[in-house]
Amino acid sequence: MLLETRSLDAGYGRFRALFGVDIRVDAGECVAIIGANGAGKSTLMRSIAGVLPNAPEMILHQGEPIGALSAAAILQRGIAMVPEGRRLFPSLSVEENLLIGGQKRRGNGQWTLDSIYALFPILREKRSMPGTALSGGQQQMVAIGRALMSNPELLLCDEISLGLAPVVIRDIYAALPRIRETGAAVIVVEQDITQALRVADRVYCLMEGRVTLSGTPAELTREAIHSAYFGGHA
Amino acid sequence: MIWLDTIVQGILLGGLYALFATGLSLVFGIMRLVNLAHGDMIVLAAYLILVLVTGLGLSPWLAVLIAAPLMFALGWLLQRVVLNRVLGPDILPPLLVTFGLSIAIQNALLEGFSADSRRIPNPDLEGASVALGPVTVGVMPVLTFASAVLVIVILNRVIYGTPLGRSFRATSDDPVTAGLMGIEPMKVFAVATGIAMMVVTVAALYLGTRANFDPAIGPARLIYAFQAVIIGGLGSLWGTLAGGVIIGVAQTLGAAVNPEWQILAGHLAFLLVLLIRPRGLFPRARD
Amino acid sequence: MSSPSAPWRATTRTRTGTLVALLALALIVAGLVLPAFASRRLIQDLFYILTMLSLAQIWNLLAGYGGLVSVGQQAFVGIGAYALFGGVILGGMDPLLAILLGGAAGLVLAIPMAFFAFRLHGAYFAIGTWVIAETTRLLVAQWKALGGGTGTSLPRAATSDMMGVAQVAELFGVRDAAARDILAYWIALLLAVALIAGIYALLRSRLGLALIAVRDNAEAAGSVGVDVRWLKWAVFLIASVATGLTGALIFLQTARISPDAAFAITDWTAYVIFIVVIGGIGTIEGPILGVLVFFALRSTLADYGSWYLLTLGLTAIVAMIFAPKGLWGLLSARTGWHLFPIRHRLIGPTEGGER
Repeated sequence: MLLETRSLDAGYGRFRALFGVDIRVDAGECVAIIGANGAGKSTLMRSIAGVLPNAPEMILHQGEPIGALSAAAILQRGIAMVPEGRRLFPSLSVEENLLIGGQKRRGNGQWTLDSIYALFPILREKRSMPGTALSGGQQQMVAIGRALMSNPELLLCDEISLGLAPVVIRDIYAALPRIRETGAAVIVVEQDITQALRVADRVYCLMEGRVTLSGTPAELTREAIHSAYFGGHA
Repeated sequence: MIWLDTIVQGILLGGLYALFATGLSLVFGIMRLVNLAHGDMIVLAAYLILVLVTGLGLSPWLAVLIAAPLMFALGWLLQRVVLNRVLGPDILPPLLVTFGLSIAIQNALLEGFSADSRRIPNPDLEGASVALGPVTVGVMPVLTFASAVLVIVILNRVIYGTPLGRSFRATSDDPVTAGLMGIEPMKVFAVATGIAMMVVTVAALYLGTRANFDPAIGPARLIYAFQAVIIGGLGSLWGTLAGGVIIGVAQTLGAAVNPEWQILAGHLAFLLVLLIRPRGLFPRARD
Repeated sequence: MSSPSAPWRATTRTRTGTLVALLALALIVAGLVLPAFASRRLIQDLFYILTMLSLAQIWNLLAGYGGLVSVGQQAFVGIGAYALFGGVILGGMDPLLAILLGGAAGLVLAIPMAFFAFRLHGAYFAIGTWVIAETTRLLVAQWKALGGGTGTSLPRAATSDMMGVAQVAELFGVRDAAARDILAYWIALLLAVALIAGIYALLRSRLGLALIAVRDNAEAAGSVGVDVRWLKWAVFLIASVATGLTGALIFLQTARISPDAAFAITDWTAYVIFIVVIGGIGTIEGPILGVLVFFALRSTLADYGSWYLLTLGLTAIVAMIFAPKGLWGLLSARTGWHLFPIRHRLIGPTEGGER
């Protein structure tokens, strides 16, 4: 098992957003986290990535407690995040945004500037523009490329389709198989259930900070998802 | 001709003020921290150089090479041990802490070196001058200005051309996301303050060799530095140099009219710029 | 006991609050009659404590509640003091009346100062106020009629003929100089009490609640209709008038002025900040506690000169890191005391009867 959360409670100050969440991710697996707005999906991602501090043993990476590590230390362990809202650095060019992602790279992985540009050719053209001058979809490509530059074993993708046109979303998700070819596991957080079911090996559904459903896409019925998503009875 | 001379002297004085201001500008640009003890740090560095020169018989230039890494270490420690603890959305704690530090440094220096005026001996160049076209200028003021330009060129190289500079800019933009890149903002801040203290050491060399100094003059240097930064626009080092030059020229012009008006003229020039261009001459697109 | 149907109501009243009010009243009365028994030295010390307390309360209002971290308060002390000297020496006013001139001068300086400084934010506001204070000092040093850079003294005739001096001298059987100290002390007492009461009333008013809302969250307060800019102007002007009055009073007592003394950043801003930080910023109790600590330190360490200031600086740093809410914050957290309750609490029908 690559990553596991054990009874993860998390929140912001006195506000609690997650209540005893258990999920697991195996090496090379693609796991989707679905749920409505405010279900706690982003809090889960931010907890794993080390942005939100937790008790050490609530999150295990290869069996070791990592819940209390800083974001920088989590990255060193091979877990990279594409944050919600992309959050490119406005002072940095596209290429610098990619380079900074690889600044603390681990070993000699496959991802280099060249292979990122091969994955998203448009970025090579725009390499010297400020990252924030790009379109939303292109910015998302930079954000994904930036996270890949660290050669992660686990890539956390937080709402990468949010606010993008369907055709752009398709382009972005087209990169996913290529990313998984490297052996990396991926967690995608999605509000778009169809998209999530299409790419994921397994799915967790969150509602009000709790896991209400989990399984493979084949196991999950529309009714079960509807009920897990919105509560009430199917 | 006397006016031309005055203006040239003012521009060269601006180089000194730019050296005072560059460290302040760098630190503010990266972590939005205004170090109210900045001027006192310059004076502290001047005493450090003085001790190295008079105690070990070193030349001032060699003394700077020894003092700079020491000051880097001091800045790094100060940031890690004290300032990092008080950085945050509330601007009050860092302000009050550096204000307390300012008082502490001044009085520690007073205790260690008394209130007497001191000067770093610099026998080679003291009083030396060269003809620069129609005006005669001191060698030290010219060296000061050249050093300011050199320091800014080097810093800009670091900021825009190295991984360290990339970390500086990224952390300045968004420390949380910088963390996701494996950058520890607190470590970046410590390095930035260390570098600022190396610039402070260079400033201290010229402060201490060109004129007398005593433990109490730090706050005034902070004010000049601050004025240069604001006039130039936050975050632009060349703007800071321009700001220093404006303050320098205003002061020498004021002093030419009436010696009592030197400092006052600098303040009034600052207020005038604030009135016309509240965001400085070369503002960044975003703050 | 009230009946169960009695409505809920919001109140700031607490049992300790009432007790404190009585205690405060007793203290004020004691303070007023004190000159009958106290030595001149004690009266002078108390004068210093009370004026520093006033300055600290004002700075706390600015920085702790208004978010305006000014390090240029010496501008208002200085201009207030110079206005008094100008009124007495050039205008022939009675010194006692000329104190009011100090408040007016504070207001007159505050308007251009706010105009400039409000263009700067956060830390830059702080240094901006300092630059303006320095500018004011340098301009005042050009005022040759009041001694320029070296300063001047109040003429003996003006101080001994001051309103009330003869009566006080007769009442307590003391010389004119001592009577003048007593008079200054009484005014300082009234000023400090009026300021604390005024600030307390202000904080409990709509303006004050808006101020606290802005401090705690400027964006949210702005979105519910609090005009932040207007609030800051109001607080800044109030503080400037009060600081000008205090400055005039301080230099009425010393009867001698110079630009360096009247515009001293150490005396009128650094010490004041220390008092507020040590005592606890953002509370009315903090500066009261802080001024006592400050005076105790001063009395025991003042002979050590720069060691004393070094200690003050380091203590402020340590306090800010380890006890950012100051001594009162520590005390209040441990005991739950609120001598000046500002928060409105809901009192239920059953609870209400007992309080």
